[in-house]
Amino acid sequence: MPRLLSFAILLATWWIASLLTGEAKLPSPPTVLAAMIVEAKSGALFLNLGATLARVALAFTLAMTLGVVIGYLMGRVRLADRLGDPWLILLLNLPALVVIVLAYIWAGLTEVAAIAAIAINKLPNAVVTLREGTRALDAALDEMATAFALPRWRAFRHVVLPQLAPYIAAAARSGLSLVWKIVLVAELLGRPNGVGFEIGTAFQLFDIPLLLAYSLSFAAVVLVIETLLVQPFEQRLSRWRPRAA
Amino acid sequence: MRLEVDITGKIFRNAAGEQHDVIAGVAFALDAGEVGVFVGPSGCGKSTMIRILAGLDHDFRGRVLRPAGARIGIVFQEPRLLPWRSVEENVRLVAPLADDKKLSALFEILELSAHRNHFPGELSLGLARRVALARAFAVEPDFLILDEPLASLDDALAARLREQIATLVDGRSVMTLLVTHDVEDAVRLGDRLFLLSPRPARLLAELAIPTPRRLRRDAEIAAIKSDVMRRINGDLTGRDG
Repeated sequence: MPRLLSFAILLATWWIASLLTGEAKLPSPPTVLAAMIVEAKSGALFLNLGATLARVALAFTLAMTLGVVIGYLMGRVRLADRLGDPWLILLLNLPALVVIVLAYIWAGLTEVAAIAAIAINKLPNAVVTLREGTRALDAALDEMATAFALPRWRAFRHVVLPQLAPYIAAAARSGLSLVWKIVLVAELLGRPNGVGFEIGTAFQLFDIPLLLAYSLSFAAVVLVIETLLVQPFEQRLSRWRPRAA
Repeated sequence: MRLEVDITGKIFRNAAGEQHDVIAGVAFALDAGEVGVFVGPSGCGKSTMIRILAGLDHDFRGRVLRPAGARIGIVFQEPRLLPWRSVEENVRLVAPLADDKKLSALFEILELSAHRNHFPGELSLGLARRVALARAFAVEPDFLILDEPLASLDDALAARLREQIATLVDGRSVMTLLVTHDVEDAVRLGDRLFLLSPRPARLLAELAIPTPRRLRRDAEIAAIKSDVMRRINGDLTGRDG
């Protein structure tokens, strides 16, 4: 219920603002909805949303997998930490735009370049979070596993992984929002489809209803994925914890 | 099966880089079926010794001969259970091959049957200690290590748990090493007592108790206890003076 209310307030504010500033600058909700329906009917909306989602899924999976592995290694192995740290600091502070432009220059205006660029932008965050998580592992439980001669994989799965789970969830959460933001820039700069491309086109034509139609559809998809996938997953991971108030 | 230990020195480095001698010299041997007990004041290096004997610390002078392939069951001073696994899962994790009947019997002895599906966070310390005991016994160890398993429990519970440990130890032939600062526990459970000096730990004396655990009368226990006390305190006054 409160969610519906907050949605209604947003809609009302938008409508009033559009009445005050005029349709030309801020189209009213029905105008945007009409643009959305046109795009949906032609199939372009779903095609572009689908393309963007596929890029998000690939880049996110790639960055999370690499990030967890590298972060764990850097947290466990001193040498890996020493070797990786300068790279990590460089990547953490490199603007997303630089990575995307360089990727397109070096790998061409290709799908691989786009996905790699998005993944590289997200990677350092995952690494840093997982490295902290690995450093915070409970040495006492490690000793327990060693004393009972637990096989490596079993110890990792039952002793280490549950301790890393909150860190993985945190990395996934912040990483996903980062990917949502960057994917549109990558599409704007070098892809012939996707929400970012459409928004770029709409911007050049000053077609504000189309621009808003794509932005809002995208926001809606993000919200649905966050509520239906990310939040239940986080709850499942922490089911053994006493519930916070 | 026989455990032979000859630790001639162990230095502990703390985070500030200072070095402390923790163990000065401890040598003993333990056979299968025997319960050896380390008795010594708090902080004398007993837990360090346990970590060496369990193979968790290799940075010491001397040698430890454990029978090859000996299964270790260990109860740490804190229960060290996995908070994200239930009681039963915690036990099964280290003993995946344990059959249901034996496990049920073990839970029965330790009065844990009602708590199988609870998470460690929902247990009192006494219960968590018993789960740690169940875990150590479930692996059917050849070498059982108990580090202060009864510390900070109330007297009645400690006595019951001591009974339960005695039952489990007598049920199978295993080398058992118990660490305690409580002379009562030591005399009631041990076959051989190793009296340790304050840090750095030296072996002050080795006392054998020939009477089987079950047949020890209160008078005998009291006599051994006062003997142990005298030896420990004698050493203390000797040091002070």
